[in-house]
Amino acid sequence: MCAVRGLTKTYPAVRGRRGTPATPEVRATDAVRLDIRRGEIFGLLGPNGAGKSTLVRQLTGLMRPDSGSVEILGHDIVRHPDRAARILAYLGQESTALDELTVSLAAETTGRLRGLDLAAARAERDAVLDELGLAPLASRPLKKLSGGQRRLACFAAALVGRRPLLVLDEPTTGMDPVARRAVWAAVDRRRAEQGATVLLVTHNVIEAETVLDRVAVLDRGRVIACDTPAGLKEQVAGEVRVELVWRENAPLHVPEVAALRARAVESGRRWTLRLAPEEARAAVATVTGGAAFAALDDFTLATPSLEDVYLALGGHATQGLVKA
Amino acid sequence: MSAVPAGVLPGGALPLAGDAGAAAELGPRARFAPSLAAVYRAQLSRARVARIPLLFVATFQSLGIMVMMRGVVDGGTEARAVVAGSTVLVVAFVALNLLAQYFGQLRASGGLDHYATLPVPPAAVVLGAAAAYASFTVPGTVVTAVFGCLLFGLPLAHLWVLAAVVPLAGAALAGLGAAFGLLAPRPELATLLGQLGMSAALLLGVLPADRMPAPVQYLRDLLPSTYGVEAFARTFGARPDWAAVLGDLAVCAGVGAVSLALAAWAYRRAAVR
Repeated sequence: MCAVRGLTKTYPAVRGRRGTPATPEVRATDAVRLDIRRGEIFGLLGPNGAGKSTLVRQLTGLMRPDSGSVEILGHDIVRHPDRAARILAYLGQESTALDELTVSLAAETTGRLRGLDLAAARAERDAVLDELGLAPLASRPLKKLSGGQRRLACFAAALVGRRPLLVLDEPTTGMDPVARRAVWAAVDRRRAEQGATVLLVTHNVIEAETVLDRVAVLDRGRVIACDTPAGLKEQVAGEVRVELVWRENAPLHVPEVAALRARAVESGRRWTLRLAPEEARAAVATVTGGAAFAALDDFTLATPSLEDVYLALGGHATQGLVKA
Repeated sequence: MSAVPAGVLPGGALPLAGDAGAAAELGPRARFAPSLAAVYRAQLSRARVARIPLLFVATFQSLGIMVMMRGVVDGGTEARAVVAGSTVLVVAFVALNLLAQYFGQLRASGGLDHYATLPVPPAAVVLGAAAAYASFTVPGTVVTAVFGCLLFGLPLAHLWVLAAVVPLAGAALAGLGAAFGLLAPRPELATLLGQLGMSAALLLGVLPADRMPAPVQYLRDLLPSTYGVEAFARTFGARPDWAAVLGDLAVCAGVGAVSLALAAWAYRRAAVR
């Protein structure tokens, strides 16, 4: 339903001024090719700065690409960016346009501006607020809500006025588990009942693994892999992730620990190692016995996640993907 | 080129066959009048939350200026200019200055994306916001005009003309304010332009015109609020020249149409970057 071919956008270099250093030319999306199928929850996963939001802005008609094409449900979005607003609903990262409205008026106004008449906008508003459990907050201004509640209210506004494609840019940021469940239940309902397609931007690995049908992994503006989460994880199936947290300093006087250090990614007191299963067994045996165990605060042994896939595929950011 | 391997069809997705064939039907476009009403109503509700203190500031500023000028000016055409100028200044403060700030911040923070991804005519967003901001000024202008008339001993008989002056001067100034906010590359610059526009309305509108040097008078003629001030000032006369009043209001309406069209163009430009 959504086909992207050779989509490229380059931000020009900025000359430095007093106080602001010069930034070189940045290729935010680099010949991106994607095929999103009808009725699937398709994810864009990558660390901050990978080009996810730039890509989404080009798909929603908010930004013109330098070259390439975007076709959604048979419509050329690069040539007719205004049609995007009539095909998709977009939840951006900013709520400033709605901040001073009440939850109820934000949803109703958005529905009106999606072409619903007053009665329909109010009916859909009430249904969506009930569905998301926002009815008790309906008369509160978004500004006075907590971050997660405000995000949920913006999500509600995005759902008023039915659209075949939902584009959600990090929809669950700041939400508690109850609100997250409400979001995913609402998304699933629209997929089951209306055949809606969802394009989800996320840097949350756990979320990507649990809710997505397929995921495109982005790094530096390029799609480095695209498959189901399970399919991607098979690529690194031969590895086990070992995380060690030391109490104070790593016991480098133990020769086995010193040997492990060369293969560890260190982050403060935490070491992350990607090892073959038998190596992992040996490493765990070492650190759970003798001198090393005295220095050990915590350890975990896990099968690979999408973060490991990202790193195994040559992703450049060693931090930036969230596991929560 | 980043090649993507074809994935297995996941359980949740429908078969590709649904995609084939003609382009899908588009959702409805939001029509102009209902969108205008929806934006107007939403913007007006913002006032309750955010704008009331600023309306007081706008009104007290004008009242203060009139009290100050009372010591310098006594009656005659100068008093009329001071009262009319102070009244229109309330409109300039809210419609020009505050609207420039609002659109400047909305654009800088990415809030415009919300409107840009809805099928709403740009003119409806700009006009709805401009009309709401012009409406905020009504109580302040009425208070200022009545207080000024009592202070300077001017007749209250023709104050009804405010019903034409406020929307027309409001349209001209709000369009200008929205255009400033949407065209300024940074929000601080939008605020600065709004402040400068309001200072110009203050200095060129409140101070009596015949004492100004010629170049400043030309500048005064360029400012859209001037014609609102002139139209209003004329109605304080014993026998107002209604043709001239209508002429001034017509200029206001013309400038208003042009500045709102400019603002709608600026919106379209700001929405797709």
